[in-house]
Amino acid sequence: MRNILLSAVLCGMLAACASTGPAHKAAVVDKSLNAPSAGAAQAQGVKNQGASGNPLTNPNSILSQRSIYFDYNSDAIKNRYRPLIEAHAKYLMDHSNASVVLQGNTDERGSAEYNLALGERRATSVKNVMTLLGVPASQISTVSFGAEKPKALCHNESCWKQNRRVDIVYQGEQGD
Amino acid sequence: MAAMAVGLAALVAGCIGQPAFAALTIEITGGAATQIPVAIVPFAHEAGGARSVSGVIAADLARTGQFKLVDSSGVTPPPHHAAEVHYSDWASRGADALVIGHVDPSPNGALTVTFRLLDVGSQASLASLSYTINPSLLRVTAHEIADVIYQKLTGIRGAFDTRIAYVSQQGKRFQLMVADADGYGGRPIVTSLEPIISPAWSPHGNRMAYVSFEKGHPIVYVQSLNTGRRYVLAGFRGDNSAPAWSPGGHRLAVVLSKDGNSQIYIINADGTGLKRLTRSDGIDTEPKWSPDGRFIVFTSDRGGSPQIYRIPADGGAATRLTFEGNYNVSPSFRPDGRAFAFIHRSRGAFQVAVQHLASGQMQVLTHSRLDQSPSFAPNGTMILYATELGGRGVLAEVSSDGTTNEHLIAASGDIREPAWGPFPAHH
Repeated sequence: MRNILLSAVLCGMLAACASTGPAHKAAVVDKSLNAPSAGAAQAQGVKNQGASGNPLTNPNSILSQRSIYFDYNSDAIKNRYRPLIEAHAKYLMDHSNASVVLQGNTDERGSAEYNLALGERRATSVKNVMTLLGVPASQISTVSFGAEKPKALCHNESCWKQNRRVDIVYQGEQGD
Repeated sequence: MAAMAVGLAALVAGCIGQPAFAALTIEITGGAATQIPVAIVPFAHEAGGARSVSGVIAADLARTGQFKLVDSSGVTPPPHHAAEVHYSDWASRGADALVIGHVDPSPNGALTVTFRLLDVGSQASLASLSYTINPSLLRVTAHEIADVIYQKLTGIRGAFDTRIAYVSQQGKRFQLMVADADGYGGRPIVTSLEPIISPAWSPHGNRMAYVSFEKGHPIVYVQSLNTGRRYVLAGFRGDNSAPAWSPGGHRLAVVLSKDGNSQIYIINADGTGLKRLTRSDGIDTEPKWSPDGRFIVFTSDRGGSPQIYRIPADGGAATRLTFEGNYNVSPSFRPDGRAFAFIHRSRGAFQVAVQHLASGQMQVLTHSRLDQSPSFAPNGTMILYATELGGRGVLAEVSSDGTTNEHLIAASGDIREPAWGPFPAHH
């Protein structure tokens, strides 16, 4: 079941990536050549573009959307998140010095340890889509917070659904 | 049930904003079918109230659900020595057993606590002991006395003089706490701005393994409770979690995601000799050693939904143990190894259940909605767990024999991840 969904997501994304990838990539290579170090370039790439319209933080850009939400006890990525993951995968392929941490989270119910593993599986599920799209694995790391860092604090479904989530956090940004 | 809920909410409201040790437990439901009626007379010269020696003894016994506390007020003068007891007073009140005692000053600021347990029917003395102690050990001594009384009256070793661990969150601060089994005397052994989960007592109770997120991802530490010194047991790439001690204390089972999905590994207590135990394409987690060391039970969703399995501790084929429902997690062995407690999801509620290994029969013990992390008292009679009440995590315990007997245990903060420790080493 997971594999079928994954394939469907991938087909859509690969097509989209192929058309726009190279142009963006060239722009970033130029930037990093001018920068004093790779590390500084990375920080600049993520942080300092904000003033001149960093797409990662521009609310009008899909790249400002960072959360993928899941059903209860599921790591299946819903169709509605295809464009979002697709856009970030494209950005990562275009910006080879950018990297992301995929932070997996779950709702509070049940076992803390099972939730920790489930959060890891959700993050890995997003990572798998990105790597199969062509993002080098070296640009993606995963971490699970399980149920330990809830965004919404109440004890019912209205909060739980906000906490079953993977956040895409770029290096240099503050994560949760 | 509605009245109970109101009582619980009132208790929680009462706890908030008070000192951590101000409130004790409250009985919210019935007890065993046959409760032993026992009268406990306030000890001579003891400091008053629920914190007194006799008050602690009474609260300990009441929490088990196995005793009915007989009112001892109005007997004048209250007896403190065997010679002062008029047995007819206590027989007419329905008491089968009577506890009397006195607290006396000893040289160098010490106290001597003396108690006697009397059988009202036969007028025989069942136990008589005297403890000369530092006054700071009054509560511990009261727990020890309760253990003696419990053993004499039930034939089962008492577990009042034991400790529990749990994680308390206040604001952004997480603390791994160790407290007496009744919730008093809590002290932090780890304080962090990042989450802490899965405290695991070493078999002798002198070390704690736990999972800390302080480095940004979960790492397993082992910490001495005597010195506070700690070391990283498992700090591999990915998640390191779910530590569980072998009965001998030389090895631990841990869960690592370094090779992909979360799987169970065995590692020596000094961090050497890592060996993979399970191989599945699902999540394998929450290992717990059987008391005889031969098996490990764990949670796995290899079959589609999280269920509890058992595998030989030295490897082999896993056997599925739970079949009712589609969410059974957090197994914890009863100390005799013949049953295990776990969290069972039914109709949207996550509740403490017990299953017997031989019969496979399962019984749900609690009536709450969001229970977590059950663990047995070392004598197997009670189960400690966390649940949610009034918007925060609270500590609770329930009788493991299925008699309806649920209590809250006092603790401040938002409580999760409790674990009941072993019998104290000095016995």
